[in-house]
Amino acid sequence: MSKELRQLTVHETRDALRDGGVTCQDITASYLERISAVDGKVNAYVDVWQDEAMAQAERIDKRFKAGESLPPLAGAPMALKDLICTAYGETTCCSKILEGYRSPFDGAVSTKLFDAGAVCLGKTNMDEFAMGSSCENSAIKVSRNPWNLDKVPGGSSGGSAAAVAADMCAYALGSDTGGSIREPAAFCGCVGLKPTYGRVSRYGLVAFASSLDQIGPMTKDVEDAALVMNVIAGQDPRDSTSAQVPVPDYTKALKKDLSGVTVGLPKEYFEESLNAEMRAKIQGAIETLKEAGAKTVEVSLPHTDYAVATYYVISTAEASANLARFDGVRYGRRAAGVRDTQELYVHSKSQGFGPEVQRRVLLGTYVLSSGYYDAYYLKAQKARQLIQSDFVEAFKQCDAIVAPATPTAAFSIGDKMADPLEMYLTDIYTISSNLAGIPAISVPCGLTDSKLPAGLEIMCPHFAEETVLRIAYAYEQTADTGMGRPPLN
Amino acid sequence: MAGVTKQDVEYIAQLAQLTLDEEAKERLVGELTNILTYVDKLGELDTSDTPPMMHALQMTNVFREDVTEPSLSREEALENAPEHDGEYFLVPRILDTE
Repeated sequence: MSKELRQLTVHETRDALRDGGVTCQDITASYLERISAVDGKVNAYVDVWQDEAMAQAERIDKRFKAGESLPPLAGAPMALKDLICTAYGETTCCSKILEGYRSPFDGAVSTKLFDAGAVCLGKTNMDEFAMGSSCENSAIKVSRNPWNLDKVPGGSSGGSAAAVAADMCAYALGSDTGGSIREPAAFCGCVGLKPTYGRVSRYGLVAFASSLDQIGPMTKDVEDAALVMNVIAGQDPRDSTSAQVPVPDYTKALKKDLSGVTVGLPKEYFEESLNAEMRAKIQGAIETLKEAGAKTVEVSLPHTDYAVATYYVISTAEASANLARFDGVRYGRRAAGVRDTQELYVHSKSQGFGPEVQRRVLLGTYVLSSGYYDAYYLKAQKARQLIQSDFVEAFKQCDAIVAPATPTAAFSIGDKMADPLEMYLTDIYTISSNLAGIPAISVPCGLTDSKLPAGLEIMCPHFAEETVLRIAYAYEQTADTGMGRPPLN
Repeated sequence: MAGVTKQDVEYIAQLAQLTLDEEAKERLVGELTNILTYVDKLGELDTSDTPPMMHALQMTNVFREDVTEPSLSREEALENAPEHDGEYFLVPRILDTE
């Protein structure tokens, strides 16, 4: 049974293009057809670049025809989370305050992908300013999980995850501040990699929490994640936090055999917050890693229980500073009928920011305010040091740490909207790697009894994306998850 | 130590340049108290010998040569402004000179 064009991975698309008979325009048209057929149900996209994508595809076909040598991902249509700047179309962060905003430039990753021959199908839905774990905080629409339309796709990169899972793009980019790539990837059954802090340039990424944010690929398989990383990773003079570390060919790291690799199992990640079904899935995945040749060792990350608290102090403090720029003067929404500049700032922000963004800005303002700075912000920075030190210690005993990506499978739409803290706690297994700055991936490890995807998380030391990808690839190639595709018609 | 009052909410809203209606203030008193009570668990940690972590990677200052590089044109920079006169961003009058 041969696959439809829209079901191909990036590397299969490359082969189809190389073997001839298929053009980038055929492939792009197949995705656009799929989007018009199913996105009315899924709501993954906030803007579909119908004509622009076809025009880009035509240019790529010409580049192929002219014999230009292009990277393997050339010709594979992708989608970008709506906080990555593109000179075409709008970049709104799914916020009313940026309604109609047209970036005057392409972000670094957009430029790199376009130069490499990517076609962009459009921009994907997200929680407003990437603040959320379910996409329900989008000011534009609520996305749905392609595996079960009553469930959330996760967040904040939920639109990107849903688009990949529902074959509405070959791959997508997301951003991850506390799990915003990995949690939706786990919920939707795709691969999601958060690279090391500083591995990918953030020039043209609208900032949420600058010491944590990182852009990464969301793909149909692990090889595709390596192919995308080959293009987007690397130092950029326009982002002073991007690291001067050479970029390897990540595809060379992909091996089926894990002999010589030791994976650590952090006991704190297998305590009572992990539900039984998810526990069984992860234990099965660990058996598969052993089958592939890995050794396992129990490790401890003793400050795990403090990660969510640490994160919500640091990330909201940084967000309150970053979002201060939206004042209705240089870009974005301006409130009507104001008498002076003070009213202009206050009303533009109050009308433009949604409830969760306001909540986080207020929390961040509180923890930075006079009298509370030491008790909250400084304390959290010290706790962050302890959390990072836990990983340094643990990595003395193992090459990677494996854990569940989420404590449960995708939850129902509306389930956690009444209690912000409960929503924050869905990220307990992903937040620590952002605090420590280390790379981490979520790779699908089968369906639960309720037919929802589960995600295995693999974390490695700084800049060890090759090990992350190697283990994820070996798992994927050895496991028989029998997941199939989401039952969308 | 957590326990946010309505006065606290009003004070931080003022710092954050947000205006809240009464209902939002009441709601936020509960929500922020709830979140900060959870955050208070950080108080259990002995951090007397722990330095604060500013950055995930040990990076030193990043310098570049002080040379002019191409940047946005004035037109491009003004393109998204809610109000401009072709040269400047326009805002309501700040000083009452009448």
